[in-house]
Amino acid sequence: MAVKTWALRKSLWVYHANTGACNNCDIEVLELLTPRYDIERFGMVLVGSPRHADVLAVTGVCTRQAMPRLQELYLQTAKPCVVLAIGSCALDQGIFTEAYHMGAKVDETIRAVDPNAIIMYVPGCPPKPEAMIGAAVKAIELLKTL
Amino acid sequence: MAMGVLTFLLAAVGTLVLGLLLRWVDRKVTARVQWRVGPPWYQPFVDILKLTGKEKLMPASARGTGFLLAPVVGLAAVSVSTAILWHAVLWPQTAFMGDLIVLIYLLMLPALMTMLGAASSGNPHAAIGASREMKLLLSYELPMVLAILVAIVRTAGTNGTLTFRLGDLMAVQQATAPAVAGISGVLALLVAILCMQAKLGQVPFDMAEAECEIQAGVYVEYSGPSLAMILMTRAMLGALMPLLLVAVFWDGLYTGAWWGYLTFAGKYLLLVVLVTLIRNTNPRLRIDQVMRFFWYRLTPVAVAALILAIVGAAKGITWL
Repeated sequence: MAVKTWALRKSLWVYHANTGACNNCDIEVLELLTPRYDIERFGMVLVGSPRHADVLAVTGVCTRQAMPRLQELYLQTAKPCVVLAIGSCALDQGIFTEAYHMGAKVDETIRAVDPNAIIMYVPGCPPKPEAMIGAAVKAIELLKTL
Repeated sequence: MAMGVLTFLLAAVGTLVLGLLLRWVDRKVTARVQWRVGPPWYQPFVDILKLTGKEKLMPASARGTGFLLAPVVGLAAVSVSTAILWHAVLWPQTAFMGDLIVLIYLLMLPALMTMLGAASSGNPHAAIGASREMKLLLSYELPMVLAILVAIVRTAGTNGTLTFRLGDLMAVQQATAPAVAGISGVLALLVAILCMQAKLGQVPFDMAEAECEIQAGVYVEYSGPSLAMILMTRAMLGALMPLLLVAVFWDGLYTGAWWGYLTFAGKYLLLVVLVTLIRNTNPRLRIDQVMRFFWYRLTPVAVAALILAIVGAAKGITWL
């Protein structure tokens, strides 16, 4: 079992889901792949399908349109899967709180389908890549306790 | 019997380890090309280990038998071809008649199984991927076989008999000159390298799994152990294809002296890194561009090389 969690910690594959972000957080997420930060050093890569993902990187406010799709995405990932809520919007919908087109917050949306989901929060508008790497490290630490 | 099973196991496991190490070489070279640091050497092994521990999901609309069986059959096919190829390279005299033809068929199976698995997954992205994979297979298979025929013609014995035995092919090349030493040989090797690129599903020929366009295409619904099997199949194929090219075109492994192993490693690594470099310096092509490229450009080149080789063999001109 210890071997499996060790392997999981060393090879986190990330699926990036935009649930109505302004694209700023997305640019910062892509920055992690650039030479300056190069997250592949830790075995993390972006994958194209949620079925391959170990981390669901969610950006955006989670609009009413995006809400059921985000839930479906989370259900499609192979467990164990960590959710990374990136940016102020994904945390508590930022300046768009109580707007007419809002769904539930990202964490509430995901907890509605899986109460035991592992959710990490990365505050910032947009958060710096260092903050995201910090969240990834915390996720790795957390996975040790699984 | 026991010896055969042992050979098979050694070849399959050895090629798997080699293939995963080569996956790391690929990722590391890619990272260096992009001015990054890249993953540690054990990364591909960790990926496989992790995937075996993940949940295995099957979509409700999938046909379970085909979906779950396809990666197993693909892995089995590529494992059998590792045994045949390594055996032929290391002990050329014990290879059986026509092993080259068997190899060509066996190496086609992983692509067929990818199509089967994608088509049974019930996912529209996978269906698009499967259709592209099929067209890709139809595109590269003909020039690939023609290029291999060039090598067979160039290594025909003095009495003009063609051999389809890998062992004879390498023995003749080691006794005289490699098949690549000549105009037709160089053309054939170039065609074969591009066909290898397509067979390995690497950029610019990765439209079947275009990850930002159709979400990993043929592999979109695979997760956990099934995905691990697919990655292992691809890693082993990545180790096998350069080996096949070295054996067919570049006089294989000369076991008579110590420098034989050294030159073999050099030729092999050159082809492996070439795949990575082509992958890093090209954008993905559309499927219609690929079919046009293989049928209207590479097939005529391969046919021309074949004609040159036949003329050269008939007139006794070795550089042709």
